[in-house]
Amino acid sequence: MTESLTGAQSLVRSLESVGAEVVFGIPGGAILPAYDPIFDSKKLRHILVRHEQGAGHAAEGYAQATGRVGVCMATSGPGATNLVTPIADAYMDSVPLVAITGQVPSAAIGTDAFQEADICGITMPITKHNFLVQRVDDIPRTIAEAFHIASTGRPGPVLVDLPKDILQAQGAFAWPPVLDLPGYHPTTRPHAKQVREAARLIAEARRPVLYVGGGVLKAHAAAELRVLAELTGIPVVTTLMARGAFPDSHAQHLGMPGMHGSVAAVTALQKSDLLICLGARFDDRVTGKLSTFAPDAKVIHADIDPAEISKNRTADVPIVGDCRETLADLIVAVQEVYGTGARADLTAWWKQVDLWRTTYPRGYDWPADGSLAPQYVIERIGQIAGPEAIYASGVGQHQMWASQFINYENPYTWLNSGGAGTMGYAVPAAMGAKVGRPEATVWAIDGDGCFQMTNQELVTCAIEGIPIKVAIINNGSLGMVRQWQTLFYEGRYSNTNLQSKRIPDFVKLADAMGCVGLRCDTKDGVDATIEKAMAVDDLPVVIDFVVGQDAMVWPMVPAGTSNDEILAARDTRPVWGEDDV
Amino acid sequence: MTTRHTLSVLVEDKPGVLARVAALFSRRGFNIESLAVGPTEHPTTSRMTIVVAVEDLPLEQVTKQLNKLVNVLKIVELDPNAAVQRELLLVKVRADLATRSHVLETVQLFRAKVVDVATDAVTIEATGTADKLAALIKVLEPFGIRELVQSGMVAVGRGSRSMTGAENRLRSAS
Repeated sequence: MTESLTGAQSLVRSLESVGAEVVFGIPGGAILPAYDPIFDSKKLRHILVRHEQGAGHAAEGYAQATGRVGVCMATSGPGATNLVTPIADAYMDSVPLVAITGQVPSAAIGTDAFQEADICGITMPITKHNFLVQRVDDIPRTIAEAFHIASTGRPGPVLVDLPKDILQAQGAFAWPPVLDLPGYHPTTRPHAKQVREAARLIAEARRPVLYVGGGVLKAHAAAELRVLAELTGIPVVTTLMARGAFPDSHAQHLGMPGMHGSVAAVTALQKSDLLICLGARFDDRVTGKLSTFAPDAKVIHADIDPAEISKNRTADVPIVGDCRETLADLIVAVQEVYGTGARADLTAWWKQVDLWRTTYPRGYDWPADGSLAPQYVIERIGQIAGPEAIYASGVGQHQMWASQFINYENPYTWLNSGGAGTMGYAVPAAMGAKVGRPEATVWAIDGDGCFQMTNQELVTCAIEGIPIKVAIINNGSLGMVRQWQTLFYEGRYSNTNLQSKRIPDFVKLADAMGCVGLRCDTKDGVDATIEKAMAVDDLPVVIDFVVGQDAMVWPMVPAGTSNDEILAARDTRPVWGEDDV
Repeated sequence: MTTRHTLSVLVEDKPGVLARVAALFSRRGFNIESLAVGPTEHPTTSRMTIVVAVEDLPLEQVTKQLNKLVNVLKIVELDPNAAVQRELLLVKVRADLATRSHVLETVQLFRAKVVDVATDAVTIEATGTADKLAALIKVLEPFGIRELVQSGMVAVGRGSRSMTGAENRLRSAS
């Protein structure tokens, strides 16, 4: 049945009808008409954030924790441009996001009108698609298409730009609309022949590794991954975007590969004869110097995005399809090949892998100056809050430690900005995750640098009743940059000293924002402080963990070098087994 | 090895499509040698003919990226040996009474035609492959070229198969 509604009403009804429950946003001139029907909506919760960047990251956190599409809303011009960073972030990490922006009235577009920005032009290279709505009757179809595009195939951000006069005009609303996307047909069914070929290689390989990326989580394929891994007995590595896709406690899990990956994970990839790459993309942070990456390995590359296959590393067996369907088919195909008696013995490979694992376990040194070890703080948060909690991190040293020293057992419990590396992601993403999963304990593991970029959203958390917990790993500096200055710039610490152990006073800041503020700077106080934070369930909590500033992230593959050059610790290059298997 | 590739790209006739396509090439530092856009036999579909000089592997990547654009319906790389390729040239050549007959002779030779005449100049229209037009320009140069404008290349595969027709079957099947 067709109803006559204003564009604004049509927008809100469309959002309700498509299943959106939460919108993170801030009103302004051009988007103002939309906020009137939002005021009356019973199905849509609008969360008034303090900065549009916070709205975007909150929508990302919501999406990454729930698997549903995150929605953010902003006005034209600066409101829209403030969404650019989270949109770029969502694009890099394939997060399903719909951004709705107001635009100046149609007649004013292109005239440099007040608060005008060509947001469709600006976001063209960082969205999966974007729309400038030109007719009020197009609103329901456009919203439906935006959600469809954002959530299917390789997920990603979609922006819908709505001129003010279109929101004010009277038009027809009918649901469900007919989608008109003749050029959009993501391939989800893997090709049977390629799957059989992959199964044959898997059965033959003597040094195989399952190289698991974020696509496995996007495809909700963690269960299938575990079945394949246990069926084949092949070692598993999970990239930064895939932490939680395979339990860290599992005997076959070697940890994270890449620049700060475990020695076992990095080396297993490097010495492998077959990489089974599932929803990963051979990012430079994983491969190191590409030409020297896993030189002896054949590559099975399964991804839903055909453009990822053979982009960086040529695939011997390309499989385009949804990771869950691919894994399900692979399980059957591998069983068939095993049924014929073909199955390589992995005993020697495991002996080698276990040697790396036991020789170079994860670990850290306590700072020589007696200060608190940041790794210890993060490790204890992980142990006390447990594997059911959700952990969101910022970008930098604390992010790597949070990936290394927290044991992830469940999918969608680790949220971070992997591809874009957006400092300031943690607090708003944790807020979004808590809104989407209110029953879960949500921790933001943040750095003092990151925290000062987006902490204003703690005000939103306090007012809207979103009790997240924030651990500031306060080393008083931009730690990761400082680490590079230590290693590659002769300790010349140019502009990395934030002095945030002195200013601001994070406890007072937390208090001022309506949160509980705590501080801890001793090993003995760590557990008690975490427990105290865990006991608060009605207010956001901020803990200022004052830690040593000289701690570094190890292992490390220096940028641009081969993964063979991995350093287990400073000046410590691993010694490989005598005889390579 | 860098070679010249001709891509036929069917797109939805929607605002911003040209910008999206052009942006993909420029982002990767590919220089588009020639680009022509126009309507097709289907009112909602436009067709772009894009000529780029690029190595095979990056071309494959950019083609895959193009295919990901929601408004792109289909991409075909045309083999120059199995396609008709044409460009349009309009050139204004100095031609007074003394040289006009020589100019007209050249026009005849190239099966071009004169579309405008002034006392001291003629405007010539010619279509053909890039090579043919380059040859014509070379011959006209001694007379004095006053103005020259050239279209991008348009191209269509030889034989009875239709790029747009196949697309229609695809759409009606789904």
